[in-house]
Amino acid sequence: MEKQQAILHTTALTIGYHPGTSHLKVIAGPLNLSLYAGQLICLLGPNGCGKSTLLRTVSGLQKAVSGNIQLEGKDLKGLKPADIARQISLVLTDNVRSGNLDVYSLISLGRYPYSGWLGILNQTDKTAIDYAIDATGTAAFLNRKMDSLSDGECQKVMLARAIAQDTPLIILDEPTAHLDLPSRIQLMRLLHQLAKETGKAILISTHELDLALQVADQIWLMDSGGHLAAGLPEELILDGSFQQAFDKDGLSFDAATGTFHIHHPRKEELSVTGEGTAAFWTRKALIRKGYAVTPAAVRRITVSEEGGLMFWLLDTGGDKLSFNTLSSLLHALDQPGIT
Amino acid sequence: MNKIKILVLLSLLVMAFLLDVALGSVHIPVKEVVRILFRPDAANESWIYIIEKIRLPKAMTAIIVGCGLSVSGLQMQTLFRNPLAGPSVLGITAGASLGVALVMLSAGSITSLYTIRELGISGSWLVIAASSIGAALIMVVIVSISSSLKDNVIVLIVGVMIGNITLSVISIWQYFSSPELIKDYLMWTFGSLGGVTGNQLLILAIVVSTGLLISFFSSKLLDALLLGDNYARSMGLTVQHARLLIVLSTSVLAGGITAFCGPIGFIGIAVPHLSRALFHTSSHRILIPACCLVGTVLMLICDIVAQLPGSQTVLPINVITALVGSPVVIWIIAGPNKLRGF
Repeated sequence: MEKQQAILHTTALTIGYHPGTSHLKVIAGPLNLSLYAGQLICLLGPNGCGKSTLLRTVSGLQKAVSGNIQLEGKDLKGLKPADIARQISLVLTDNVRSGNLDVYSLISLGRYPYSGWLGILNQTDKTAIDYAIDATGTAAFLNRKMDSLSDGECQKVMLARAIAQDTPLIILDEPTAHLDLPSRIQLMRLLHQLAKETGKAILISTHELDLALQVADQIWLMDSGGHLAAGLPEELILDGSFQQAFDKDGLSFDAATGTFHIHHPRKEELSVTGEGTAAFWTRKALIRKGYAVTPAAVRRITVSEEGGLMFWLLDTGGDKLSFNTLSSLLHALDQPGIT
Repeated sequence: MNKIKILVLLSLLVMAFLLDVALGSVHIPVKEVVRILFRPDAANESWIYIIEKIRLPKAMTAIIVGCGLSVSGLQMQTLFRNPLAGPSVLGITAGASLGVALVMLSAGSITSLYTIRELGISGSWLVIAASSIGAALIMVVIVSISSSLKDNVIVLIVGVMIGNITLSVISIWQYFSSPELIKDYLMWTFGSLGGVTGNQLLILAIVVSTGLLISFFSSKLLDALLLGDNYARSMGLTVQHARLLIVLSTSVLAGGITAFCGPIGFIGIAVPHLSRALFHTSSHRILIPACCLVGTVLMLICDIVAQLPGSQTVLPINVITALVGSPVVIWIIAGPNKLRGF
């Protein structure tokens, strides 16, 4: 990133609702942010902290309260919508309800900033559309109508439209909302690839912390107070920003494993010995049940595998019990006599 | 595939046009109609008179009304992103009626076609202007309301209510008018394709073609608006300008037609849906000409039916468009697609 010009750069940007009126409500700021080519940036933060407002403001849909936004070195305020449309493309949470619109027509609307007054597509437009279809894997449902698509398909089509718009920056507002887990992973992987292969900058807001930590080049972490911490995912974990932003009742971020704990550990301690997948999932199950898994515990569980069969040995310090399923082990641990 | 559909529609159009000219209280054989249209010298003189002075202008008016109302309905459905929008539904024709009524009020005269005719060419322009401004005012009100209300149904109800308010204002004025004037006004509200002749027809043709041209040139803007204001803006559309242009052409189309033919209902809401169903597209570059074709054919058929072929009676055109249009609206709401398309 040395001395490379930022695609988007904000200086002392303050965002909020109703700028310029008496109803002004400042949400966050001052923000000094930069976005470079080839970066995938994930904007994280709790509901209602202003993620959408930030995205809408930097994309020019909404006025800033104060401060400056530079798009490829030019002031965003001085740019016409037509100029911005060649720099930023959007995937919004807005529902596209037009049931008669087929997928191909929708994707080709991405060429709007380039096509002539009647919107007739030339060869360059068609090449860009074909590329977008190819990149998003939407070729299978080009002839379908928008209202016949699943949420995941719909999101891919909207992304294809944004890619067809061929802009150095793509902004997506919660693209993973309403998607099932495989679709979410697929979409995040696609965005990651796209940023790497095409050198586009991609800015998304999301609630997928696990995925964001895996794919993001940068994380912008917003909290409810309007503060924004920007940095590498790992940096934000190490400096405690993550813990601060997401620690709530019943939820804690474990910097050691990079995961969230949603259960308070009980006092009872257990140790698990054994190797491989079986031991890993046994630990998971015990943590879910509320046990603290530590090597120093008095009660020990040994997981072994022999001839394709798994069995669990429980040493309570006095008794030794053997189980051949995980559920019978957990069931036995629940019995008051054993604890 | 589309070519075949266009050919079928065109031949339907020619057939409906000839039938519309041939049928009426005096029956003229279709063969004779064709002869009179191409070689007027060699035919029965009273037939020539009937065709040239009455039937041909009426058929031309039907074509103009069919194109204008359908395209204004299509634009409104896209602008409001509402499949049930149309000039008569959202009170646009009511606004146009108010404009017409106001002109007549200030002229101290009556609000009927006969008066418009007496006022001459400048009167025609005046009525068209008043009617279009009335239509535009209501449209601006509804556009500004709809930008703050997200719910389609609420916008629709508000539109219907504003239409009602407008009609009440006209009714109050009617209440203080003499019975003869009320009868004339009522006749006007039934809608009529007849009586628009000569200069009026020319003026109406100019106004509606202008509206249609503006509309066709904004087909790209309309396409972008299908995705909603935010997406449209992100693709480089200046939404306010686009809205202004669409409000302008819709008002000119609906206002001009209402001024001369009265508030004709249901064509504006039904034809866009029929065109979409026929051509399976939402691209306005195709839909605008398609609406013109379908609207023209439908309007000519309505006019043929209104003449009750074989009888001396002519029914008001509004009665027929309602009979044809209402089932289409029911189909839009309750049919297999359930409000899906616009």
